[in-house]
Amino acid sequence: MRKVVTGNYAVSWGAKLARAQVIAAYPITPQTSIIEKLASFCANGEMDARFIKVESEHSAMAACIGASAVGARAFTATSGQGLLLMHEVVHWAAGARLPIVMGVVNRAIAPGWSIWTEQNDTLSQRDTGWIQFYCETNQEVLDTTIQAFKIAEKVFLPAMIVLDAFVLSHTSEAVDIPEQAEVDAFLPPYRPPLKLDPEDPRAFGALVLPGEYMELRYKMQKAMEQALSVAEEVDREWGERFGRSWGLVEPYRLDDAELALVTSGTVTGTSREVVDALREEGVKIGLLKVRLFRPFPHQIIREMLAGVRKVAVIDRNISFGDSGVFAQEVRAALYHADKRPPVFDFVAGLGGRDIVPETIREIVDYTVTHDAPTEEFTWVGVKI
Amino acid sequence: MREPKTYARNYEIPEEELTYSGSVSCPGCGATLAMRYALKALGSNTITVIPACCWSIIAGPFPYSSLTVPIFHTAFETAGAVSSGISAALDVLGKKDITVMAWAGDGGTFDIGLQALSGAVERNEDFIYVCYDNEAYMNTGIQRSSATPWMAWTTTTPVEHPKEEPKKDIVAIMAAHRIPYAATATIAYPEDMIAKFRKAKGIRGSKFIHVLSPCPPGWKSEASDSIKLTRLAVQSKVFPLYEIEHGDKVTINVWPKDGGVPVKEYLRLQGRFRHLSEEAIAAIQAEVDRNWERLVVRAQRVMGNE
Repeated sequence: MRKVVTGNYAVSWGAKLARAQVIAAYPITPQTSIIEKLASFCANGEMDARFIKVESEHSAMAACIGASAVGARAFTATSGQGLLLMHEVVHWAAGARLPIVMGVVNRAIAPGWSIWTEQNDTLSQRDTGWIQFYCETNQEVLDTTIQAFKIAEKVFLPAMIVLDAFVLSHTSEAVDIPEQAEVDAFLPPYRPPLKLDPEDPRAFGALVLPGEYMELRYKMQKAMEQALSVAEEVDREWGERFGRSWGLVEPYRLDDAELALVTSGTVTGTSREVVDALREEGVKIGLLKVRLFRPFPHQIIREMLAGVRKVAVIDRNISFGDSGVFAQEVRAALYHADKRPPVFDFVAGLGGRDIVPETIREIVDYTVTHDAPTEEFTWVGVKI
Repeated sequence: MREPKTYARNYEIPEEELTYSGSVSCPGCGATLAMRYALKALGSNTITVIPACCWSIIAGPFPYSSLTVPIFHTAFETAGAVSSGISAALDVLGKKDITVMAWAGDGGTFDIGLQALSGAVERNEDFIYVCYDNEAYMNTGIQRSSATPWMAWTTTTPVEHPKEEPKKDIVAIMAAHRIPYAATATIAYPEDMIAKFRKAKGIRGSKFIHVLSPCPPGWKSEASDSIKLTRLAVQSKVFPLYEIEHGDKVTINVWPKDGGVPVKEYLRLQGRFRHLSEEAIAAIQAEVDRNWERLVVRAQRVMGNE
């Protein structure tokens, strides 16, 4: 069934088709329409789920933790400040190895108040132990939401689907909505081997002395590493069943490229157009979209960028006192490569400022006219 | 004045033990005994939720457990929300006969966990929330909470500047949510306590039980005095045993014998009150008397209507 839906509704449809059983959520712009749609699915009986209308995002995640610990498929969605309020229990969900899935609409952090897109909210959850996907289109959002449940439940780590505020969350696109039976065949019911069960009483999350704690973290890291191949397999299976797959990263006209743009989220779509236009003008440019950010696909990125002469990373975020976060990761991935291309970093579009084709051309021009970066990163379009 | 109803002592304490002996609690810990009675009343088909509190330790480090029922350890302020999720999931999964019991200290209830607790009981989630109240942050070494009584010593309210604020009335706050059941209980009255937990188990929706739990290291009291102290707390009316149904119907479950005992008898066994002047003790007595009279009026209004 093809429907014209917003990015937010694509998340809702994904959670519905995945048969989420417990949803706990709190409203925050620009995420709210995700949970409104889910509330309506629950109210009209289209979903057999309990919707807990909690009193905060912190409690939304805590309730998902409780539900998942009993063995139910749990889902929530949030954005910006809400995600930051959640932070403590975002860690808890991963540490408890609960495969909760969360839709996050990227929103800039206050003060000053902003409801517009920027990645600092989700990137500040980088080290929590959550799988993170950054999406470009509404179809990708829907497909990734369903895939996320399968990946999370195979490796027992929670997963985040990230989409840009408004540019995706409130923009409508034609989306293929799969049949429930086909999704059921792809995603079996969640049956964890260990759960809160009086028939098999166990204590979860107890005090761990230094003699054991490190081993728990070792296992989390192993699960994250496993998530790389699992995400690849799950995406391949999705492709076989539904005729489209997304890759952990996606190269675009990269084969003979001398200059590679590295993008995430909706900036990718704009960048594709600029790449096409510049190719017409004879510039050997390509693009690498990073879809999976955690676990970070170092090896694939290293291989894909090995042949290019220059890399330009577009970061819609900033790690104060350092640079953009994607650039840090890309540089780290390339450090062990035999040939290391210079990595230019461009911080652009903070607080929802538009990144338009001209912005990307400016980034390309700078990269073309400089042999190597002269600073850790370059501000794009800042008015000073 | 109408003669108050006498308390019927027709409850038995189950022999089954759902806590293991030999936990790491301090000698004379009221919270440990409280858990023992609570689980005796609720039985083995129970899931417990324990946020950061003394019981995070008493329950035992990985891979041990001092309970025979499942435990979910969770973040300090999340007992109400995690229990909501567990209860909803059990409902969706068709396991409606399992009791969910949140078990939190006074810090996790009166202070940091109040928002999640208020949210959960406002939604009337089906669970029992127990606050075992030792009247300070005992696990971190005796810091004042909003459950600490007026003028008590703690490490953050030293005797030169003891706590100037009265104890927060948590049961009134819960009752104001119009939940089906809110009650007080304590370890010197195990039959009353077990009856209340059984009653709570039989009610769908949110139940709140406030359990006064002596802490000898924090109260600077003798370990052997813990039962005696809670009996004196009830008999002096510092901690009356009562229940409130649907936010309105107040029943006093234990009436102090012969009009009760002076608060001084309760206070003098605790080093945390040693610095109190006679005037301060008189002020506490006056406050306790006022609170008791208010409670009796509310209970009698119910009795008058029956």
